[in-house]
Amino acid sequence: MRPLREAVSGVRRAPALTVLSVMAIGLSVFSIGLFALTAHNIDLALSDVEGRVEVVAYLRDDASEELIEIARHEIESYPEVESARYISKVEALFEASRELTEFSDIYSDLEVNPLPASLEISLRPDFRTPGDVGAVADRVSSYHFVEEARYGREWVDRVYSLRRVAGGGAAILGLSFAIGAALLIGIAVRMSVLARTREIAIMQTVGATDSYIRRPFLIEGLLTGLAGGLLALALTFGTHQAVERTLVSLAWLPDLWTLAGLAFAGILGMLAAGRAVRRELRRLDVY
Amino acid sequence: MVQLRSVTKSFSGSTPAVLDVTFHLKKGEFAFLTGASGAGKTTILKLVHMLHRPSSGEVRVSRYSSSRIKRRDLPDLRRRVGYIFQDFRLLENLTAEENIAFALQVTGTPGTKIGPRVQKLLNQVGLAARAGAFPRELSGGEQQRVAVARALANEPLVLLADEPTGNLDERATAGVFGLFQRINASGTSVLMATHDAELIRQHRNVRVIELEQGRLVFDSAAEIVA
Repeated sequence: MRPLREAVSGVRRAPALTVLSVMAIGLSVFSIGLFALTAHNIDLALSDVEGRVEVVAYLRDDASEELIEIARHEIESYPEVESARYISKVEALFEASRELTEFSDIYSDLEVNPLPASLEISLRPDFRTPGDVGAVADRVSSYHFVEEARYGREWVDRVYSLRRVAGGGAAILGLSFAIGAALLIGIAVRMSVLARTREIAIMQTVGATDSYIRRPFLIEGLLTGLAGGLLALALTFGTHQAVERTLVSLAWLPDLWTLAGLAFAGILGMLAAGRAVRRELRRLDVY
Repeated sequence: MVQLRSVTKSFSGSTPAVLDVTFHLKKGEFAFLTGASGAGKTTILKLVHMLHRPSSGEVRVSRYSSSRIKRRDLPDLRRRVGYIFQDFRLLENLTAEENIAFALQVTGTPGTKIGPRVQKLLNQVGLAARAGAFPRELSGGEQQRVAVARALANEPLVLLADEPTGNLDERATAGVFGLFQRINASGTSVLMATHDAELIRQHRNVRVIELEQGRLVFDSAAEIVA
């Protein structure tokens, strides 16, 4: 309780400095929050597109339904496959005439159904990479009654390139923002430590241990970091609401991300404070 | 208790602040450390308090040696060696009793023991009636008494005082010095840096260690004249 009380009194002693620190941390973490919001929405959009990646195996007209059903079960047992749905020739024609209404007259006048039966194979989320999709298409093609297996190779490649770019960009920008935030926190906490150099020197003179001297600063750093994290959360939420109202519909961050953001801000505050106070103690004492 | 053996202290490139100084302050002894400004008095006190590391030679305080002490041992050493500054160095936002209690709190004294101990110290330095006053409400002599009480809080074996009467008038000086004598009479060694020749002249029975440009030029205990 005593270190907490001292940390709070430290905050009270220099309120302007504390507000400045909270704002520095808040703005830094806010930039990370904005980026997280963007990255999360790109990710959701990509997942949505990615969910549509499937392999379609077009079947020969002479394939027996019995064989097809056995094959369908086999394909569903592949580790990559989520489901395999059989579309008969009749269903294919029905869906085509429903989806392509402008050709409905042509479809209704046909004497022979030209559309092949097919198996629509959707893949599990972890197996939607170009390599996995290609491998499943190759395996399915080996059934003698499969005429052709298609999956839109270029399209799948493009989706994955986009995701890689988004992921790489997120990592680089996120790291840059985090380093910037850490530097700002370090400066703010160091200012707070410097403002209390006299107090620290007296503590050292009367024989306080380093860990005792450090503790209130660590708690102060944690509290400042958490306050900065809350400020960043409020700013990010405000931005989210403003964009939703005026520009485009956006998903809010998952709870786990917001909690991780707060924890990150708190830990960052504490680590930066620890580093600053350790340096200061070493500067004041030669041993 | 406190031993300096051929101690030299230089600060980056300048002439040594302390040069080849050797003396021994025994348990329960009182000594003046004197010399003109810049003679090396404060450097000697900081070496004893291990705020400075000697460039050569060795400082021993109780069981600690400057050449072997670890950073983690410093708090224990500093509790055994009280330090008093010329400018008092009190925390302005704390009252007299809070300044004394501060020294006990930060060294881990249990809360229940702090109150009675602070009361005893306030009585010892004659400030019981001024316990709730802030430093700015106290005279120089009173502030120095608070600083002395703070230095005594952890019952040190040695008391180092750096020009403790430098900012005080004659009457306050006599009061603070009397306090040091009482502390010394109870068994605490005292090493008091001062350039107050009058004070030294008034107390001829007290050992005098004199420095000049960092060198020890006179020690009345050894009767050495350089």
